[in-house]
Formats: sequence, structure tokens, C-alpha cells
Amino acid sequence: MNYSHFVLPFTIGLIVLLAYMLVRFGVWIYKLDSDDKQRILKNIFSIKSLQAIKEIFTESLLHRNIFKTNKVLGYMHMSLAFGWLLLIIGGHIQTWIFYDRLSNPIYIPIFFEYFVHNKAGMLFGEVLTFTMDLILLFILTGVALAYFKRFYSKLFGMKKTTNLKLGDKFALASLWLIFPLRLLAESTAASLHNTGGFLTQNFGNFISGLIPVSFFEPVFWWAYSISLGVFFLSLPFSRYMHIPTELLLIALRKWGVKSKETFDAFADVELHACSRCGICIDPCQMSSTGISKKTPASYFLKSVRDKETNSYDALNCLMCGRCEDKCPVGITTTNQRLAQRINLANERQGDFSYLKDLNYQIKTDVVYFAGCMSHLTPGITRSMIKIFRKAKVNYWFMDEDGSACCGRPQKLAGNLEAMKQLMDFNKKRIVESGAKTIVTSCPICYKVFSEDYKLEIEVLHHTQYLNRLVEQKLLPVQADSKKVVYHDPCELGRGAGIYDEPRKLLTHVATLVATKHEKQDSLCCGGSLGNLEIEAANRSLIAKDVVDELSKPNPDVIATACPLCKKTFIKVSSVQVLDIAELIAMSIPEKNEKSGERKKITVLQEELV
Amino acid sequence: MSKFGFTINKPRVIDYDLADKRVLNYVLKNEPSFNLCIFCGSCTATCSAGNFTDFNIRKLKMFIRRGLVEEIGTEADKCMLCGKCFLVCPRGVNNRNIVLKVREALTKIESHEL
Amino acid sequence: MNKKVVVIGGGITGMEASVQLSALGYSVTILEKEGQLGGHLKDWTVLFPNLRKGNEIVSFLEHGLELQEVNIIYNSKINEIKKINKHYEIILDKQKSITADAILVATGFDLFDAHRKEEFGYGIYENVITSYDLEKIFAQKGEIKTPSGIKPKRIGFIHCVGSRDEKVNNHYCSNVCCVTGVKQAMELKTLIPDAEIFNFYMDMRMFDTHFEELYLESQKKYGINFIRGRLSEANETIDKRIVIKVEDTLTSRPLKMTVDMMVLLVGMEPSKGTKEIANLLNLKMRESGFLKPEDDHTMSNVSNMAGVFFAGTCSGPMSIKYTFTDARAAVTKINCFLKEYELQNRILVN
Repeated sequence: MNYSHFVLPFTIGLIVLLAYMLVRFGVWIYKLDSDDKQRILKNIFSIKSLQAIKEIFTESLLHRNIFKTNKVLGYMHMSLAFGWLLLIIGGHIQTWIFYDRLSNPIYIPIFFEYFVHNKAGMLFGEVLTFTMDLILLFILTGVALAYFKRFYSKLFGMKKTTNLKLGDKFALASLWLIFPLRLLAESTAASLHNTGGFLTQNFGNFISGLIPVSFFEPVFWWAYSISLGVFFLSLPFSRYMHIPTELLLIALRKWGVKSKETFDAFADVELHACSRCGICIDPCQMSSTGISKKTPASYFLKSVRDKETNSYDALNCLMCGRCEDKCPVGITTTNQRLAQRINLANERQGDFSYLKDLNYQIKTDVVYFAGCMSHLTPGITRSMIKIFRKAKVNYWFMDEDGSACCGRPQKLAGNLEAMKQLMDFNKKRIVESGAKTIVTSCPICYKVFSEDYKLEIEVLHHTQYLNRLVEQKLLPVQADSKKVVYHDPCELGRGAGIYDEPRKLLTHVATLVATKHEKQDSLCCGGSLGNLEIEAANRSLIAKDVVDELSKPNPDVIATACPLCKKTFIKVSSVQVLDIAELIAMSIPEKNEKSGERKKITVLQEELV
Repeated sequence: MSKFGFTINKPRVIDYDLADKRVLNYVLKNEPSFNLCIFCGSCTATCSAGNFTDFNIRKLKMFIRRGLVEEIGTEADKCMLCGKCFLVCPRGVNNRNIVLKVREALTKIESHEL
Repeated sequence: MNKKVVVIGGGITGMEASVQLSALGYSVTILEKEGQLGGHLKDWTVLFPNLRKGNEIVSFLEHGLELQEVNIIYNSKINEIKKINKHYEIILDKQKSITADAILVATGFDLFDAHRKEEFGYGIYENVITSYDLEKIFAQKGEIKTPSGIKPKRIGFIHCVGSRDEKVNNHYCSNVCCVTGVKQAMELKTLIPDAEIFNFYMDMRMFDTHFEELYLESQKKYGINFIRGRLSEANETIDKRIVIKVEDTLTSRPLKMTVDMMVLLVGMEPSKGTKEIANLLNLKMRESGFLKPEDDHTMSNVSNMAGVFFAGTCSGPMSIKYTFTDARAAVTKINCFLKEYELQNRILVN
């Protein structure tokens, strides 16, 4: 007996799903641009594919990243995903052994206990039965946690869970039923034929006292098969589409396909790989402060999938990158948001034809570009000038009398064309100066200079530059007993990966104390240029939270490395807020400095005469 | 001979009864902080674009408030979105978004959506 | 036995209220955190609107203390205030404590710390000073010089520093800076007749009696200039002069001006002491941090705690004239409360 009608829902569902996935994946890959296709061709038959399989195993099955964030949530996902796979593998092994052939109808391993009632003499028969029961129990504990999570999401360290649409409800309901129904089906079968393991046999014996098992056995097998079928058929229309899509995403990434700022097929794969697990909700400060519940990436990506994006939602995000850092699937949420901003940008992007050549020939070694914001923090620019002079650097303060903006704010608003106009203007001036290095005090400028300008020369944020000066002993500094905490600016930290230089610098001049949110986990000050919609008062709301957190170790100074963070904090902080450049400038031994200053003034007077 | 003596390009008086409030209303709806401006001029004084050209964001805002839409032309296109104006504003006016919304409103007027 | 009133703070409000309360027969104690009375007044040489000497007011207040008996505890620090039945027990450091039937909070204001407006360059550029610093320069008598040591030929006054500014979380108007700017401009002009003096303002708020006349006089007799434009940022030239960047909003053009000295007219903030006492006594505060009365029209000196009253600049920025008036008003409220007049039981009917 190798067939029964009840296997049809499962079999049809599975075949339809596989066919659908084949077409869907094919279209995605077809739509990638030719460079990406070349990359895939180059890497598909290399070690990269093995690495992809390894990552699929650790992430899609074991859910290592979710484990890192939350152990209970990680266990829940692992028991369902990995457990299910083990169950399928186990079913196949049983089938291979029992039928003694490798090729069998696809439904047999799934409904093995229905078709096989006499395992006597079967190799490892009892061991396998025991193992299969154990795996089922493992999965059922995960299912129980899932039930529990829906009602008590706080247990999982998450305040809110994501909302569901119709396809999700079908898929979720069927997924929740699959394993309990399998338990019932196998248990009733076990009680009728005495073939169960420790779980199914005992449970089967137990329910045989409550219900007429011979009547219910086929009912449960039907229900089990239907729940599987419904799950497979509703999967493409539900958030569970993320399961197969994530596999493709991992493979594409390993094959060298990269996220871009404009929306492409890869972005679409990412979009559908979002499981809406909700891990991005709590780290989102727009959400945790109650300013905007709609901002977290999970909701935003959903609105993009459903083609319901609008410019307000796209612009009402700090672009701090916290969600991207926490995303267990590795979706580039910042680029996703940027892509929508670019799509929604107005045709009137800005016209800077008034920027004319300034016609002065300056030759220098180092260009110092303070950045627009730094003009409102003279403490920073003055410190940098003092340092350049002290280290006897041949520098040119490019934007001393104000300058064209670096272009990054245009990009953040989705205005790529306007950004290009500004970049062209600035780039020409930088190149013509003949400098080998450009140093900026603003992380926003740093990001665009290093990523978009494609400069042939070295681009450094002042923390990197100062760290080099100090370590090469070109700048004398003296440590003191000040207790300092460091706030990573978003664009410098998560945005550009610069975490170590600022910390090294601070340890040269003060006692650096750790806070709750360090490096990748650092908070956004709230002043972000990335959010074009947020109200002033709400910026302060965020800043207050962050300052409170930074003030907990009772520091003498809150240090940061961004003029915008500094200004945002000063509004709400009772602790002194200083840029690292200021702390370094202050720590230059005073004696030498004074005589230098005096000399400069005399020189000036001579010049005047 | 209805006109004689001299002609003028612009009406001498701001006739507020003829004010074109389409841009004003669009901006107020989408960026309510426009209401908070007291026209102190800090934004214009600090403006990065203002270093290179005669862009005056305070005046732009004032013209929109007075309904002088025809006179603002392409002024809003000069803004670099650098954000200094917000950092000096004593009222917390979100000037960058005002610029974006003015551009949007003008596009909509051109395509007869406003 | 006389009922006891404890007055916290020995500035204008505390001194005047104490002698008035003493005259009504109460036993009064002033708790002063410093070693002398007079508060901010002792730092101010000449006062608006009539250019009277500040120390004349101090003498007037001290004369009151000669006429009426008031206990004064200097250098006092309050650790705790307990309410026991209808009394308050005020515990000072060194375990000393005083009981009070009523408390008058007169903890005053702090000047805005101009370092918080970094773009204005206070503490960074040598020749940026505050109105308070300028008073100290006036007090030194002798020739007026900038911190760099030169006789200033052009001076700029910046209005609304730390007031009416969302960026420092102070949304209110400090009431006295506009007139102070005019007063200090006139004094400077008297001392340096050939100096050019400019006031940069958002609005000139010359609301009180004779303020407008002073404004008029500053133009008529002294030729003080007024430019309607708020400072966005300042720079320093190589010879340490200050470049002021504003928009001249009346010509609609950005304006740059180099001055020898820039004076920041700093506003008032609730003092640190005000916040401390408010926390000890659970007093209601406004969003600005100034003390909040039970009713804005009819209960201006009455706090949410029975027997606790407040007066002067701990409840909001005010000039000396209103500080005197407010101190005396609080005294009648306290008297009403201690004598248990039926008057004090009046309530507002909505």
C-alpha cells in the first residue's frame, strides 16, 4: 500500500510551490544587471557556493543571529526550521531503509507512519522511531513557544509584534496546525498498530481512551496533509515567502551581488527575504520613543512590498542604520529606504549653476574641509587649526569662508542629480589643490567623500588623522584624569565602520569609560540629517534619552566626533559635550603653545607694518 | 488708452485679497513648523548657498506667506539642503523640508494638481 | 510666641520680604547660600530705566534690615525639608534645623551660560563678552577696553542670547535684556563718544513704563544703531576682532560686520537653587523650570504646598521694580495665611 487520496493536498501543494519558486527565482536572477550575472557565473562553481550552504545552515536553520539577540526567540526559530529539516531527512532515511531503494514517491517520507505498520526487521527501526519522536517533540516545544509569543510577546524581549495580512493568517494557522496534527495522526496510527515511539505510542494510548481512534486516524492524516498543502499554497502570499527567498539572498550575496542605492532585483530579493520578525522594531529610536510607530524597517519594507510607500514615511527615518545592524537576515535597510527616497524624489532637485570657479590656485598637502555644521561649532574648527599649526602641517582650510555642501544631504533626500552637481564643484577644488590627504571634521562629509567622490587621494575623518598624528608622535599630548564617555556618530560608526581610532585617541588624553551602547550598538543622537520630517521637539526627545544613557557612568565629558551630535546633545545635556578634536587640542602641553601663539601675533604685526 | 505715463512690472501694492495661497497651504499641511517662523533671518545669515548667490530663504518663506507665488520662480532650487538653517533657528523651523515641499507644490501647480 | 517665617534666598526679594514680614510681627530668618546678601544686584553698577546706581538699591534694602530685626544664616545649605503637621522643618547641613510656619522661596535666577551658544564664540573668541561681563568692566571705572586691551571703536550687542531660543530649550522672553542692551549701549557711548554701537535684535520689547522713552533717547541723544536680524554665527579675524553674521531683514540681505567687541545680552534661567528647592518641596514648575503658581491671575505667589510661597525671579524673569512689588505681594499672602483670614479661602469659580 503506497498510496492514499489524503496525500493529494500535500503533494499538489508542494509541486505548485516548487514550480512557483523556480519561476520566481528565475525571474529575479534574469532581472539582475549583467555585471551581477557575470559575478554569479564566476562564483557559482566555486567555494563561494559551499560558503553559502554553510551560511544557510547557520542562519536559515540554526538562526545564529537571532540567537545572539534573543535566546528564546532563537530557540523557537531553530526548533521549527532545523527540526523540520531533521524530520524530513529522518523520514527519507526511514523510507530508504524500509523500501530499500532511493527513489520513492515524495509523500512517503512525510506520511511514513501511515504507510508502514510493520517495522520488524527494519534496520535501526526502533532507533529511528525514537529519534523521529524526539525531533517532533523538539518542534512542538517551538510551536508552543510560538503560540505563547503571539500572546505574551514581552517574554521575547519585544514590545510589539508585526501585523498580519490575510495570506499570513492562512499560512500561520496552517503552520501552527501542521505539527500538532502530525502528532495526532502518528499517535492514532501508533495506538492502532503499536508502531510508535515514546511520544506517539504513549500519547496514542492515552487518546485512545478518549476518542474512537480508528475513526479519527484517517481524519487526522487528511487534516495533516491539508494543513501542509494550505501552508505551501499560501506561502508565496505570506511572510513565509521569506524562507525560500532568504536562501536565494544568501547565495546571491556569497556570489558577490551587492546592494545598491537604487532599487534593483537584488533589492527585491531582500525585500521578500524580510521575515517581519520584528527584531528591528525595538532598536528603532523613532519607535521606542513613540515618535513614529511606522518607521521600523519591518513596517517600511512591508509598505514597499505592498506598493504603499509615500514620501512622508520614506523621509521620516533617521537613517541611523541600527535596524540594518540588528537584522538577522542582513537586509540593507538603509539602502532600501534610500532607494525609495530616490524613487519618490521631486523632479526639481536643485540647480547649483551659480557655483562658479573660484579661480584661486592653492597648493597644499592637506585639505581641511570642516563641513557646514562645523561652522556652528567653532570649538572644533579652532581646535583643528591649533593642531595643524602645532604639528606644522601644510594645510588649506578649504571651506573657511563657507563652502558648497558636500552633497550627502542631497543623497539622503534622494536627489542624486543635485548631489552630483555639488560633488563636481567640490571635487574640482580638491583635486586642483594637489593635496594628498583630505581631512574632514564631519562624519556626514566623510561618508560621501570616501564613498561617492571617488577621490584619488586619501580621505580621513579627523579622528583618524589625529590618531595618526598622535601615534607618529607628531603631536604632543598629555593625559589627564578626566572621565570621558564616547558617543559613536551614526555616519562614522555604523556608516563608515570607524570605531577604534576615536577610542584610541581618547585613551591618550583621558580615562575612557564604557556605556551601555557601544560601537555597532550605539544610539543615534536624534539630530540626524537623514530625517527630513522629524519635529525639533522630537529630536530633543531622542537626544535626552541618549544623553541620560551616556551620563550614567557620571562622566566629566561626553565626547563625540560630529558637530551635529555635539549641537544636538548640548541642547539637553547637563554634562559638558566636547568633540575629540577639542579634547586633543586641550591636551597639548600649554607651555610651548603660548610662546608659539605670541610669536604668531608678532609676525602678524610685522606684516601689518 | 487705458494705460499711460508709465508701466510697472510688479504691482506696487501686495494685494492680499489676490494672494495665491496654494503653495502656502500645501507647505503648512505637510510641514506645520512653517507656522513657527518669526522671520528673524538667522537662516539666511548662515545659509551655505547664500555664500555663493543671492538666495534668501527667509524672504522666500515670506513671499509664500504673502501669496506672491509668481515672484518666487526658481528660488527654492538654490538650496543645498545642508541643514545649517535648522541648527540656528530659534523656533525649530524645519527649513529643509519646507524647501522640499515648496518644490513639490510648484511641480504640482505646473501639472495642475494644485 | 511669634509665628516663624523662613525666607530662602537673600537677594532683592528675600531682603525686602523679610523686613516687611518682620514689620508685621513675624519672626523671620533668611537662609542665604553665599557669604553676603544682595544676590545679583551687587554685580550691577547702573540700573535701567533711570541709570540709577545699583548700590543705592542695596543701601535701601540694608536700611530695612537696620530697622527691622531679621535673623540671617549665611553660607547655608538646605539638605532636607520635612512637613510636620502644619509646620515645616528645614534641615541644614551640620544637622542644624529650623522650624517654620511658612516658607518664602526667593531663590532667584541664574544668568544663561553663553558657552551653550557655541556658534556665538563665547569662551572661544577673546572679544566676545556677556552683558554681565560688561557690567564688571563698568565697575572697574577707568578707561573701557576690550579683553584684547584696545579701546573699542565699534561694538555690537546681541539680543535674545539664551532667551526665545528653542535651541537651548528656553522658549520664553527674559523681559529685561532689550532694555539692558539699550542701557549698556548708552553707557558705552557716554564713555567712548566716538564709538559706533549696534544692537542686533529680533523684536525690541520695550514694554514697561519709560522703557520706550529710553529707547528713543538712545537714538536721539546717543545715536545708537539698531539692526533687525538675529546673529547666526560669529567668526574671529586674525587680529581678534569679531565678525558678526546676520541677515539685515529690513533690506533682505545677509550682513557682515566686524566689531572690536561683541556683547551677548544673556537672559535669565531658573537658578540651580530654585530647582533644588522645588525638588525638596515638590513644588510645581513650568516647562521652563520656573515655579508655577496655583493660579496665574489670582494666586501669583502661592505654591501647590500649603504654607509655601514664592516671589521674585524664581517664578519668571522680571525687572527690579517687579521684584520689589512681587516680594511685597507675597508678604500680604503669607500674612493672610498665617492670620488665617477667611480671604485666603477664596476659590475660583469656573
